[in-house]
Amino acid sequence: MTGLNTIGRSLLRDDQDVLDGASPEAARVSSGAGWLKTVKSIRPGLVLAWFVMAVVVLWALFPQWFTSYNPTVGVARQQLRAPSAEHWLGTDALGRDLLARIIHGAGNSLSGALVAVGVGLLVGTTLGIVAGSARGRIDGAIMRGVDVLLSIPQLLLSLSIVILLGFGIVNAAIAVGITSIASFARLARSEVVRVRASDYVEAAFGSGGTFGRVLLRHILPNSLTSVIAFAALQLGWAILTISTLGFLGYGAPPPTPEWGLLIAEGRNYLARAWWLTTVPGIVVILVVLSANRISQSFGKARP
Amino acid sequence: MSRYVIGRIGQAALVLWAAFTVSFILLQALPGDAILIKFLNPELGLGPEQIADIRAAYAADSPLPVQYLHTVANFLTGNFGYSIHAGVPVGDLILANLPQTLWLASLGFLLSVVVAVALAALSALAPFSWLRAFIQSIPALFISTPVFWLGILLIQIFSFQLRLIPVINPGPWQALVLPVLTLAVPISAPLAQILMRNIDHVLTEPFVAVARAKGASHRWVLWKHVAKNAVLPTLTIGGILFGELLAGAVVTEAVFGLNGLGGLTQRSVNDQDVAVLQAIVVFSAGAFVLINLTVDLLYPVFDPRLRVKQGAVA
Amino acid sequence: MTSAISLRPTATDVADVPVLEVDGLAVAYRGPEGFQRVVHEVSLRVRPGEVVALVGESGSGKTTTAQAVIGLLAENGRLEGGAIRLNGTDVAGWSQKRLDGIRGQKISLIPQDPTSSLNPVKTIGAQVAEVLQIHRQGSRAEIGARVIELLTRVGLSQPELRAKQYPHELSGGMRQRVLIAIAIALRPALIIADEPTSALDVTVQKRILDLIDELRREDGTAVLLVTHDLGVAADRANHIVVLKGGRIQEQGPTAEVLAAPRSEYTRQLLADAPSLGKTRSAARSKPVHIGPRRDAIVVENLVQDFAVGGREVFRALAGVSFTVRRGTTHAIVGESGSGKTTTARSIVGFQKPTAGRILVDGIDVTSLRGENLRRFRKTIQLVYQNPFASLDPRQTIFQIVEEPLLNFDPLPRDDRARKVEAILDRVGLPPAVLTRRPHALSGGQRQRVAIARALVLDPQVLVLDEAVSALDVTVQAQILTLLDELQQALGLTYLFISHDLAVVRQISDTVSVLHNGRLVDGGAVEDVFQRPGSPYTRELIAAIPGGRNLDPRSFR
Repeated sequence: MTGLNTIGRSLLRDDQDVLDGASPEAARVSSGAGWLKTVKSIRPGLVLAWFVMAVVVLWALFPQWFTSYNPTVGVARQQLRAPSAEHWLGTDALGRDLLARIIHGAGNSLSGALVAVGVGLLVGTTLGIVAGSARGRIDGAIMRGVDVLLSIPQLLLSLSIVILLGFGIVNAAIAVGITSIASFARLARSEVVRVRASDYVEAAFGSGGTFGRVLLRHILPNSLTSVIAFAALQLGWAILTISTLGFLGYGAPPPTPEWGLLIAEGRNYLARAWWLTTVPGIVVILVVLSANRISQSFGKARP
Repeated sequence: MSRYVIGRIGQAALVLWAAFTVSFILLQALPGDAILIKFLNPELGLGPEQIADIRAAYAADSPLPVQYLHTVANFLTGNFGYSIHAGVPVGDLILANLPQTLWLASLGFLLSVVVAVALAALSALAPFSWLRAFIQSIPALFISTPVFWLGILLIQIFSFQLRLIPVINPGPWQALVLPVLTLAVPISAPLAQILMRNIDHVLTEPFVAVARAKGASHRWVLWKHVAKNAVLPTLTIGGILFGELLAGAVVTEAVFGLNGLGGLTQRSVNDQDVAVLQAIVVFSAGAFVLINLTVDLLYPVFDPRLRVKQGAVA
Repeated sequence: MTSAISLRPTATDVADVPVLEVDGLAVAYRGPEGFQRVVHEVSLRVRPGEVVALVGESGSGKTTTAQAVIGLLAENGRLEGGAIRLNGTDVAGWSQKRLDGIRGQKISLIPQDPTSSLNPVKTIGAQVAEVLQIHRQGSRAEIGARVIELLTRVGLSQPELRAKQYPHELSGGMRQRVLIAIAIALRPALIIADEPTSALDVTVQKRILDLIDELRREDGTAVLLVTHDLGVAADRANHIVVLKGGRIQEQGPTAEVLAAPRSEYTRQLLADAPSLGKTRSAARSKPVHIGPRRDAIVVENLVQDFAVGGREVFRALAGVSFTVRRGTTHAIVGESGSGKTTTARSIVGFQKPTAGRILVDGIDVTSLRGENLRRFRKTIQLVYQNPFASLDPRQTIFQIVEEPLLNFDPLPRDDRARKVEAILDRVGLPPAVLTRRPHALSGGQRQRVAIARALVLDPQVLVLDEAVSALDVTVQAQILTLLDELQQALGLTYLFISHDLAVVRQISDTVSVLHNGRLVDGGAVEDVFQRPGSPYTRELIAAIPGGRNLDPRSFR
């Protein structure tokens, strides 16, 4: 429900052909060697992004490594404690350790985002590839369907689906995934069409390639780079949207630790316990920023 | 009217009809009669006659295709059905909640345009590359921020810490300041990013070098050549931005407890009030389609390349 | 808003002070490993009214030098040393703001690509007027009148209409005239023409160069002409500066450089430039055909229509016929829009012609469908213009060359590998490239890979669609030599699609000249060149640059 998708939708299109128009001489210069170049090309921002993602994935897989507190059962008389050595991020109104809830919440948020991206990626990309390679009427029909999906604002569409499927984190994730089908389909189609128009695909047909072989050997590998980059971007977007649905109360039911829900619960103690809302929000921002940064690096990395 | 215009309008109508159908299938067809049973809820205080009216209005006793056609006809005549929760016509509910959201959305949109243009202009004029890199990274941060969290943070800072805006009974303008700010941030980010990218792209165009070779300064080039070429393509995301704006309004109104279309949406989901939600979905799809139609039809006015050549000699 | 010093020479020093004097210029670009110098110690001078040509291949630093002179280096570029004196004043250290005062007024630019060098959303008139407005030359009405005057001067018909039109409504040649109008508007002392005609058709190129010549002579302006085409330099310049790898190889009066080049590199350039080299076809040993004459390609009455918009039809080819004998090279020559590429695509079976017959090796291509068409592809292969685009960036060179073999009767893996290595050796590539990907290869190497891929199926016919046009002259000469060798060794038939008559004359046996989808001339290549059968062919031949180099009248 932020601009992530807008960016994805409108920008991934014209990113491909940025050539060294300004100074061919400059591009030529970069013929140096070896590992030294690799070391120099490491970007600290990207390393940090991967680090954040790795930590969050570990939180999701092995929360017990990081905290010994129970995320759902509070400790009596420890309510609304400010951050301290004992509770690094403080406690909530039921005396539950906030850090423990954030760490245990990673699993819910991350798996929800993966389900959402999985739905969009599988269904959307398939539709896009079919449309782009079949062309003609099938293409027209699929893309009109995509237009219709795009015409309904994503949050409203996901709310409609949530009503249909019922509340809960998996349903919310599926709903979010369905709303991203259209973007994936559009991107995949435009990539397939772009690659199909290239000389090397024509050359592959010209050297006797059958449609299936050319599709597998050239069209898919060359189209999917952008789709993968977009999927990483969508991962961040899905985390955000799922947390929004959680905040609105359509995701995980309490007392499940889920990042959006954590913020919603902390809202009642704004005056007394700032950490309850602020910290989970910062965690969400860091994770989403990291996903975006990683997505960017996919987009640029070409073999 | 040219054939293109008629075709484009027809296409828009088709998309709108399909969006209606999708929302009908999603919301009304599947749960079926179960929804109408809710009208029997004594708390609504509806008499048997009123319930019979509502049933007739939905053609609830007819088979699904008839119900569908009935709903289409109702929508076309401006009858959007009845709220299950409130028992009043949906049209009245939307009309009552629309003004608040319109204010919020238009002010939020204006502010987001101002922020986006300011960021883009600052990055284009930045004298150092590190400063430009810094300005260009701001939208990424905006985009990654959950809107609801931002709203809460603003309340915390401005209402609780600084005590600039009272939490209870703020004035009509005071009540809008934080929501507008909250809404503007996520909308400004994609706008700013697209503007920045377009500016960077246009600056590499050979015609910019030609302008510099004429003796034009960097500022002259930005203003006379880059601005229009960079702004034009952003028009095409108008429809998508509208969707973002509406989604942002839903969340913002939820955070600030405002009554508007967003609040109505949230309540309709909570109450499973599908008639209301469907009307809102169709309403926003209609607005989306209309915005895109307008952009498409107006684009040639701004971009001479899309104008039909009038007897131009090659 | 004038600069602090006068850049217009006074009467006394006209003969002595050069308009432009570059001394020890060094320019570097910031790359991943810091600043890399790309222009070293370049010194040259341009005297009033003189044309100095900066000649070199890609990466020679010629464009960078020109950009440095006008102060418009790319953002990652940096002036590292040397002086740039305009009428005696060193502007090398000037700020952009100070340079703004002289750009357009004392020194101006004619850019390379007219299609993207005009702002698409502003009218022609506004863009010409802009240079006058920036330098505050007169009132609005005066500027308006001056714009019309300038557009008339550069030979545009209906200047009032043109002023109101947008760039996309004008042809490439017309747009370049507009850009020339902008460059001459304030009668600068020096015009930098950066490949001013490289993106244009030959006949248009000649007219534009003639126009620049004429305006220059009238105004007494000096021109720094940047070009990759030694022929253009030979025709138009008084003085030639040859650059390679950012260093000057040689410079001197045009006639001297051409007649007695001192550097090895210039000699090679001269030998490789098709327009300046002697016709090789006489020296070429023709493959001798034993047995009955067989035609590799027969094209009869080829017609191709394309739907434009709704009902309108554009006829790209209107009844083209020719035959190509086995083992010979047939060239199809024409400018953009002539239908030469359409012809090529129909012959390889990528396009179904509207009418007509195409026989390749006795097979009617137009009737082939599905599996038969796929089988047919073994006989004829296409090599594309741009080797960047025609090789899949994700495949290794081995995979690229191997792929056609996988499409037909499966060979054992070892045989395939042997065949790939053999064919790469044949096109002159070392085995080390097998594991690389296209981006790690130079343009010439990539084109060799493309040729290897085309040859690996042992086809009868190779269609070369502008296959050497994107390459530097020296690389172009190498590829042409390679093609010649391959033809001799394998008895290949070539269909050579080109806009470059000089190259065509050098390598082909027979030629068809296309103009607006019609065959206007055809036959043995020397016959066509000696006795062109149509006025269009005559114009094309006259437009080949380099023809005037031995004509003493072109130097004053």
